[in-house]
Amino acid sequence: MRHLLSAADLTYTQTLLILDTAAEMAKVSEGPVKKLPTLRGRTIVNLFFEDSTRTRISFEAAAKRLSADVINFSAKGSSVSKGESLKDTAQTLQAMGADAVILRHSASGAAQRLADSHWTTGSVINAGDGTHEHPTQALLDAFTIRQNLRAGVGDLRGLTIAIVGDILHSRVARSNVLLLSTLGAQVILVAPPTLLPLGVEIWPAQLSYDLDATLPLVDAVMMLRVQQERMADFFFPTAREYSHYYGLNTDRLKLMKSNSIIMHPGPMNRGLEITAECADSARSVIIQQVANGVSVRMAVLYLLLAGAPDGNGVTGL
Amino acid sequence: MTRYLLDGGSLASGEKAQIYIADGVILEVAPSITNPLALSAQKVDIDGCIVLPGFVDLHTHLREPGREDSETVSSGARAAAKGGFTAVSAMANTFPVADTAGVVEQVYRLGQLTNICDVFPIGAVTQGLAGKALAELGAMADSQAQVRVFSDDGNCVYDPMVMRRALEYVKKFNGVIAQHAQEPRLTVDSQMNEGIISARLGLKGWPSVAEESIIARDVLLAEHVNSRLHICHLTTAGGVDIIRWAKARGIQVTAEVTPHHLLLTEEYVSSYDPVFKVNPPLRTARDVMALREGLADGTIDVVATDHAPHSTESKDCEWQAASFGMIGLETAFSIVHATMVETELMSWSDFADRMSFAPARIAGYADQGHPVQAGSTANLSIVNPRLPLKVDRDLVASRSRNTPFHGMEFPGSVVATFYRGTPTILNSQLVRSASGG
Repeated sequence: MRHLLSAADLTYTQTLLILDTAAEMAKVSEGPVKKLPTLRGRTIVNLFFEDSTRTRISFEAAAKRLSADVINFSAKGSSVSKGESLKDTAQTLQAMGADAVILRHSASGAAQRLADSHWTTGSVINAGDGTHEHPTQALLDAFTIRQNLRAGVGDLRGLTIAIVGDILHSRVARSNVLLLSTLGAQVILVAPPTLLPLGVEIWPAQLSYDLDATLPLVDAVMMLRVQQERMADFFFPTAREYSHYYGLNTDRLKLMKSNSIIMHPGPMNRGLEITAECADSARSVIIQQVANGVSVRMAVLYLLLAGAPDGNGVTGL
Repeated sequence: MTRYLLDGGSLASGEKAQIYIADGVILEVAPSITNPLALSAQKVDIDGCIVLPGFVDLHTHLREPGREDSETVSSGARAAAKGGFTAVSAMANTFPVADTAGVVEQVYRLGQLTNICDVFPIGAVTQGLAGKALAELGAMADSQAQVRVFSDDGNCVYDPMVMRRALEYVKKFNGVIAQHAQEPRLTVDSQMNEGIISARLGLKGWPSVAEESIIARDVLLAEHVNSRLHICHLTTAGGVDIIRWAKARGIQVTAEVTPHHLLLTEEYVSSYDPVFKVNPPLRTARDVMALREGLADGTIDVVATDHAPHSTESKDCEWQAASFGMIGLETAFSIVHATMVETELMSWSDFADRMSFAPARIAGYADQGHPVQAGSTANLSIVNPRLPLKVDRDLVASRSRNTPFHGMEFPGSVVATFYRGTPTILNSQLVRSASGG
């Protein structure tokens, strides 16, 4: 495997390999010397056409802990509508000798387009493409669930996980549905009908419009960011009504199993999809998700880039 | 004027026939011509070929004036000839827009200068294609171009009052409004057919209902004002049903389908390759089958290419940034043959109707769409159903290379085209006199 474009690209075995490798990487991050020499001399480019400080620094930290050289290329302000050229940028980076490009882009499919093109020969890692996918987010979410509910080993069979909110526009949801089902978890998507994509029926997930009825069933609940501007397109009448039916608050927390966990990919709209009390509660693993992001991304970079000079990564991937 | 004897071919009916052409007219069609003048004419061997009336395209974008980097009237006409067309209609979304007598006459004159096929400008329905105020439809109709087909193609004539008035107004000169059926509010930023694939790919959906609701509204408007409506590039099974219903009711509606919508499905979008990005979008296999049935039973009257050339840079990018559209003139025959004739959904006579007679009749192109018989203008498309076409985007006559069929092979191809008695294509190649400009 040369690229990581979609959670659908990962088999059960590959997914577990990444999670197990991430667990090893976590030990490095906890040790006194937070650095491995594995990717010394390799150049990794963070190519961000869209603002996302947290994802960028997470990849940057991961690459640096593996001793890679990191170039941050922020093409912010360049919009697809202006026809900003992904091609020119990619070719420029290619000329500078990038071994891997971590791409964040507002256009769905941008990472696949880059991987399929001759614009770059390096590995392409999808760090979020439009409303399509965000596979490393799904990996870090799976890692966090496993850490909390499966003592950090094995798969996620027997667990039920709800993903709540704007499924329609969520790349996090798309990657998570694929990856969590690969790992054997039962996924329930909870949203108002307007925020579920037409065609969602064939996804490996159950659907619900009712958060209150779903919460007692779940081991983990993943709250998605809901953008205020969705109201302008009539996806829901008001933020208040959205929170009323789909926001996580202390009353709803009481409906959940006692050992269940609360997740959020960030950044949060406190008070809209999640109250401060829930976000900061003992059940919340939101900060762990951030920490695990670095370990998981180290694992992905290591498995894709270490060893094999032909660009086909080390073992199993 | 040169004289030609076409030898060895057959007609759409299947009968073997020799065809004698002189002075731009078919003089004789017979199993064995004995007229000594014919026997001394330049003989063209078309063994195994079928002689069809020259194809007529109601829907192309020739980009001139304004975007000559992607196509000109001349290059578009050459692409048309290569595809077996003897007449094409040029949509109005040029720069400036073809919404005045001046611009339509310019396009018409460029076509005459090219002299490779008839080029008929389509006039805009509204000024600047903006959908707000009617363009001077009468002036365009009375111009040298004698425009009869009006369309804001690329944009939908969305305002129902504007559409009603346009339908009424063109009755004066037996015009027709060709509607690009796309409800704009349901398709803001839409990228592909809405359904299972758009959900997976995270591309904004383009629902069938956005097309069908406008078709339904407009057939009712056409009925109400008793005028002629033409629906551009039908893509959905539901749209076919509405047209079928409207025709049964006696409404004067005609409809077209593109070759690409007869062949390609939304599955191709999974590659995120913008060569498959087109307006209206590729739909499902079920829609494709309904379109084929509709074309076969005559619910859909014509095939039109919606030939839409785009520069390389407008397709060599991420999906959302890319332009909508595909070129189609040079591959139209091969695709319609493969999807409709090889599948035995249509006879060659049906084929001649959908590709020539019906479009010429709808648009009122007097010298086009004549049967292959003595006395007809010699506009002919000669095809070989057993000479495969391997599509190569680097070998197209169009100035643009955005064909979604690159690398695909089809069983049949166009081998010769006669435009007003003169060959523009022979042995599948442009004739020298037609290859300039």
